[in-house]
Amino acid sequence: MTAVVSASKLSLTFKTKDGPVEALSDVNLEIERGEFVSFIGPSGCGKTTFLRVLADLETPTAGIVSINGETPANARSDRAYGYVFQAPALLPWRNVADNIALPLEIMGYTKAEQQKRVKRTLDLVNLTGFEKKFPYQLSGGMQQRASIARALAFDADILLMDEPFGALDEIVRDHLNEQLLKLWEDTRKTICFVTHSIPEAVYLSTKIVVMSPRPGRVTDIIESPLPKQRPLEIRDTPEFLKIAHRVREGLRAGHSYEEDA
Amino acid sequence: MNLTDLQRAIAIFAGVAGGAGLAAALADAASPIYLGFFLAGLLTLLRFRVAMSLWVDGALALAGAAILVVSLPGFEETAPLHVWLALVAVWMFSWLFIEELSFSITGGRLPERPLGLVIPLVFGLMLVFVWEVVTRGAQIPQVLLPPPSTIWMRILDSVPILFADFIQTFVKAVLSGYAMGCGAGFVVAILVDRSPFLKRGLLPIGNFVSALPIIGIAPIMVMWFGFDWPSKAAVVVAVTFFPMLVNTVAGLNESGHIERDLMRTYAANYWQTLLRLRLPMAMPFIFNALKINSTLALIGAIVAEFFGTPIVGMGFRISTEVGKLNIDLVWAEIAVAAVSGSVFYAVIALIERAVTFWHPSIRTGRT
Amino acid sequence: MSAADISAPRGAAGMRAFLAGLWRGSALPVIIVVLAILSFWYVMAVQMNAPWQVKLNERAGETVSAFAFIEQTWNQTKPVLPTPHQIVAEIWEATIATDFSSRRSLAYHAWVTLSATLLGFVFGTALGVGLAIIIIHNDASNRSLMPWIIASQTVPILAIAPMVVVGLGAVGVTGMVPKALISMYLSFFPVVVGMVKGLRSPEALQLDLMHTYYARPGQVFTLLRWPSAVPYLFASMRVGIAISLIGAVVGELSNAAGGGLGVRLLTGSYNGQTIQIWAALLLAAALAAVLVYLVELSERLVNTMMGVRP
Repeated sequence: MTAVVSASKLSLTFKTKDGPVEALSDVNLEIERGEFVSFIGPSGCGKTTFLRVLADLETPTAGIVSINGETPANARSDRAYGYVFQAPALLPWRNVADNIALPLEIMGYTKAEQQKRVKRTLDLVNLTGFEKKFPYQLSGGMQQRASIARALAFDADILLMDEPFGALDEIVRDHLNEQLLKLWEDTRKTICFVTHSIPEAVYLSTKIVVMSPRPGRVTDIIESPLPKQRPLEIRDTPEFLKIAHRVREGLRAGHSYEEDA
Repeated sequence: MNLTDLQRAIAIFAGVAGGAGLAAALADAASPIYLGFFLAGLLTLLRFRVAMSLWVDGALALAGAAILVVSLPGFEETAPLHVWLALVAVWMFSWLFIEELSFSITGGRLPERPLGLVIPLVFGLMLVFVWEVVTRGAQIPQVLLPPPSTIWMRILDSVPILFADFIQTFVKAVLSGYAMGCGAGFVVAILVDRSPFLKRGLLPIGNFVSALPIIGIAPIMVMWFGFDWPSKAAVVVAVTFFPMLVNTVAGLNESGHIERDLMRTYAANYWQTLLRLRLPMAMPFIFNALKINSTLALIGAIVAEFFGTPIVGMGFRISTEVGKLNIDLVWAEIAVAAVSGSVFYAVIALIERAVTFWHPSIRTGRT
Repeated sequence: MSAADISAPRGAAGMRAFLAGLWRGSALPVIIVVLAILSFWYVMAVQMNAPWQVKLNERAGETVSAFAFIEQTWNQTKPVLPTPHQIVAEIWEATIATDFSSRRSLAYHAWVTLSATLLGFVFGTALGVGLAIIIIHNDASNRSLMPWIIASQTVPILAIAPMVVVGLGAVGVTGMVPKALISMYLSFFPVVVGMVKGLRSPEALQLDLMHTYYARPGQVFTLLRWPSAVPYLFASMRVGIAISLIGAVVGELSNAAGGGLGVRLLTGSYNGQTIQIWAALLLAAALAAVLVYLVELSERLVNTMMGVRP
């Protein structure tokens, strides 16, 4: 298998008023095609920064990162990935269909092609029938689904998701997690998913990357043995709890390190 | 240092202006100091071969400006070509300097303070400089636009007149009218606030009136209150009242449900809630009105004086001296009005800073 | 229940609901406050016009009843405070009943003011928008221009109006252009400041989104920045149109030959024609109200087209 994303000795230091902050320090990671990788850790551990580096929204200070064998900048110009932000970031003056068509317009798809893709992706996120609604007429969960549809519309192989369900309540989040897994199975995309919820990370991922702060670094990488078919009830099985326990241990280790330092 | 497309274009233009200036200066048999300046300007084209500091451009702009200012008094008629080319070159070099400087500051290579202040300062000085050179070099009639140096001399010559006008218009009419108008607007807002019915009735009217040309009541006020400053103060009261009323009422409604419920749980009475919660919350709005009104008040008083005054006052001076085509004195008066207006505004803004330090628009800790 | 039943409540209960709605809304309060202001106006007219009327009656050797006296104070030819009905009658006389081409027609003067206002407003807005676009795209112009633009808002710019009119008049530029220049100059500032704010209003998240799409600067502008700035544009245009009108009126004060509502104010003030002053003033106010209303109307239209939350 080929690595879709590979990072080696990746570091990024922000200059702030209170001195330099090491957001990422010596991160090494390979992500294979079709994987669902979760990044988990407390705030300030660099998980979002890592995603932003992949998306060419931040420039690393040292190390090499490649996406599909290219630099992030080239990957961006090839439109190699779709990005889902913490907030839906829908344009309030466009209805749902027009919001999903936004990247297609920018990338120069024909009107007919735009319509076809909007219809298809709306179907993927179960929003058919809401084309003409404006963002303010949708619930938070529906808005975030629309923003996922927008990221899927141009058929990038990679989906970068930065705590997409962080602002939603538990019940909606469970539901969307289930839908996301189904979508991943249907589309066979590579997904990088940032979260701070242990159950969410374990439930969704084939690989869990545990990170810790100051400086932001990877403390553990867990390959999940869970089967591909995952009903919500899987979260009560011993296997699931075992992985969750290991993640929690990894997070705690990162913390004690911080306190020792 | 890498140049942006814009910087490259300006740099080429500046160098070419230097070259053309050199030719023109030779043809005009201009003084050698011009030749030196143009030659230096032409040589900056070497920047495409050798790295060149932005300070070179700044120094060149400054040198060119100095040369022009020194040689300006000599012109009896329209200035020769090389002078205009020198002006173009100075403009280009200062533009390039500003462009490179802001690029470096934004890129973090140079400190924001104090260099960030240099940019608007250079721009402002350049405007005054171009104004001076163009008005004198092209012999523009004084009636249309006197050069800044003439205006400055006029200010120095006419201090007693300007001071008397300032006292009459600003101290007597503006300050008293401002205090009365803002005070009345505030008090009425507090009174109206107790009656939701009145509030709904007065607010739309207040909003409506705020957009009207209230200044037009000036002739009526002059008829009612006479030629002296009370009629001007009355106009100021009229123009400042409604913005204050509308803003204060809006500000009093600013406190949220949670905070009001909190006060309810303390069984706080109306005045306690007003003093401890609603008035502090309304402060940004009240200061907004105070700032808007500071400008409106000065405009109101000056325009009111166009309709009749004793023989003193800023508006009186402007309208009569315009009639006598003493445009430089008019400009001097406008300069005084501009300075008093900005200082007035700045004082209120400073008080605002002290009073509403907690408000997000004041807390400048944004990263 | 059909739509007609909802819109036309019948019977006592319906009437009560209708009145309650009026009470809760702002229509009834506004009407009552306006009526209160009008009554106060009539009372003040008696109060302020009485001394002169007493003198007149003494001179004529008349004694009149209190009722007739009040009526006299409400109908003087040069009252200190004209009554609303006198002003309305004057406006009617001078607009509808007078030939438009006549210099006595108030409608003609209103048109003179309006045309300068609109011309200045359109150019001021265009200039403001253009400059705002340059400012948000070029850091150097932002740093050099913005401090001065903000500072000049604190300056009584209107004071230059007479000079612009007379200065341009001296070199042969007269009529609408000098006034329009003042209007342009005045409406330009709120538009630049508002549009710079508006074009910068997109959130970091939305800009990041465009970045991930590898959108060109032109696309970021048309798809994100411009639509985000539209509400700001209308807010500044509301301010701009109002002060455009003030600029045109004040500009007219310096050229009595040119016509316009400002000239009516000025000649009325020279001749003590209070009714004429009030008529011009009220017409200017009505003009301002209509212009602001038109801007608001177009704002609502654009908002519906853009699907903004009603």
